[in-house]
Amino acid sequence: MDGMSQIAPEGAAKTDDILTLNNIEVVFNDVILVLRGMSMSVGRGKITALLGANGAGKSTTLKAIAGLLETEDGAITRGEVLYNGADVTYVPADKKVRNGVFLVMEGRGVIQDMTVVDNLRLGAFSRPGANTTKEIEEIYEFFPRLRERTGLAGYLSGGEQQMLAIGRAMMARPKLILMDEPSMGLSPLLVKEVFGIIKRLNKELGISILLVEQNANMALQAADYGYIMENGKIVLDGPAEELANNEDVKEFYLGGGERRSFKSVKSFKRRKRWL
Amino acid sequence: MDLNWNLLLQLLLNGVIVGMLYGVVAMCFVLIYKSTQVVNFAQGEFVVLGAWVCWSMIAWMELHFIPAFLFALVFMTLYGVIVQVVVLRPLVGEPIISVIMATIGLSIFMQALMNWVFGNNAESFPDIFGGWKIEIGGLQVEAGYLLSFVLSIVVMLAFFWFFKYSRWGLAMRATAFNQQVAASLGISTRQVFAMAWAISALVSAIAGIVLGLVNGVSTGLAFIGIKVFPAVIVGGLDSIVGAILGGVIIGVLENGAEFVDGQILKVGNMYKVAPFYVLILILMIKPYGLFGTKDIERV
Ligand SMILES: Nc1ncnc2c1ncn2[C@@H]1O[C@H](COP(=O)(O)OP(=O)(O)OP(=O)(O)O)[C@@H](O)[C@H]1O
Ligand SMILES: [Mg+2]
Repeated sequence: MDGMSQIAPEGAAKTDDILTLNNIEVVFNDVILVLRGMSMSVGRGKITALLGANGAGKSTTLKAIAGLLETEDGAITRGEVLYNGADVTYVPADKKVRNGVFLVMEGRGVIQDMTVVDNLRLGAFSRPGANTTKEIEEIYEFFPRLRERTGLAGYLSGGEQQMLAIGRAMMARPKLILMDEPSMGLSPLLVKEVFGIIKRLNKELGISILLVEQNANMALQAADYGYIMENGKIVLDGPAEELANNEDVKEFYLGGGERRSFKSVKSFKRRKRWL
Repeated sequence: MDLNWNLLLQLLLNGVIVGMLYGVVAMCFVLIYKSTQVVNFAQGEFVVLGAWVCWSMIAWMELHFIPAFLFALVFMTLYGVIVQVVVLRPLVGEPIISVIMATIGLSIFMQALMNWVFGNNAESFPDIFGGWKIEIGGLQVEAGYLLSFVLSIVVMLAFFWFFKYSRWGLAMRATAFNQQVAASLGISTRQVFAMAWAISALVSAIAGIVLGLVNGVSTGLAFIGIKVFPAVIVGGLDSIVGAILGGVIIGVLENGAEFVDGQILKVGNMYKVAPFYVLILILMIKPYGLFGTKDIERV
């Protein structure tokens, strides 16, 4: 045997990374190659941001990690996903949730024709026997405004649905949350609120977070480390602060960077790679 | 004209009771459609098979009714799982038409199998009620009908409880809403699919046995599978409540038509087709059925 145990007990992993992707390739419908050698890692207890343009493959990356490609006729065809040092590349989604990996889907994935409470109860589906009534009270401490919403989740505002989606994730007691564009469609004030919550999840509950965002500014402010992806792979990574100050990142994602000359070779090259 | 109003009331009462049983079978159909997007054309055969299994335990194994009944429920639950795993699981992701062909094939296969094993003749259950009946306001309710009524109510309440409060019931609703979302919550959609077929087969068996007690068992009992279509389409393909109401509407219409036909028109057998005319009418007015979903539109 190669010494590496199949299911590494928590904390026994050799690295500080809770999640590592090595050279992942994802194909849809047997022909559409979407991830082309995607490699990255998520630090334990850290917030890691994954940025990139529309169609870069961010959501696909998260679904690949969560084991949710099957429903879209997609599959990981190469590479490996390591969670706590163990190979979980082909572990089915329900088992991953039980092991503590939880995806908050793009568009929130709130079950519209169910009440807020039932949505929250379903969050604990992976933990049979959980005292959901008591735990839902704890969620309300986090999201006081959900308490008053007694109707169907479909009638909540976008912000409330995002809160519900995050609350539902908390009900699963995850160790790693994958969050797909939590700020999508929210007003600036709500975006701030949601990011505040994400930081609380991380600081207070010790949950590691992989955060996919279009709002690069906010994401890099909240994150410890960042990755930028383009066309199915990572093109740039670094500590969040460093990325936030990187001229190219500024120009392409943050806006407000001074216009740079196209003659600047280094920039031009990078630019081409990103487009 | 001298009409027999008492007969009308009696027929309407029967219509409601029989209609509730249609509603129960329609619920089975809707359950599968809603949680697995499969149109089960073998629904009627599930009902008949349940009745045959119970009958054969009594007639061949000389069991008493209750153990035979329980055996049939267990048998049909397993049968439902096996059908899902063997016939439908391999078709996940295939075009809807392939899935429809598969359930039509399943229906033909089950008919042939039942003819082979149980024969072509109608058989009757032993009379477990001893002709017992009650009178409500001058109307006669036979014991078989009373049992049908009570079991329909029990099944409906059980469905209601299951989908509103149980962990797996919520999981099935989540799967019906969106399979990927359900999977992201840690719900195994495979298990949900198998469970939908298991519950559907189990409840179909209850309906089949009740029908068998009243009318006897025969391949012809599968007619209820046909009745279910107007019921679910009237109610809306994806509404459980609609299925029940659709069933009651069909039951009442049938008996109402029998009255009109028998007392006034004297065309003969009109009651058999009347529900289908009504079906067409309703679909012209409400294409999604009375309770078909319009999704909540909110961004
Ligand atoms: N189920 C699928 N079948 C085929 N192609 C897909 C599928 N899902 C995604 N793709 C393709 O993969 C590419 C990456 O999609 P993905 O949703 O991962 O992008 P994204 O980075 O999340 O974009 P956005 O910022 O718009 O959410 C796109 O070109 C998309 O068309
Ligand atoms: Mg996306």
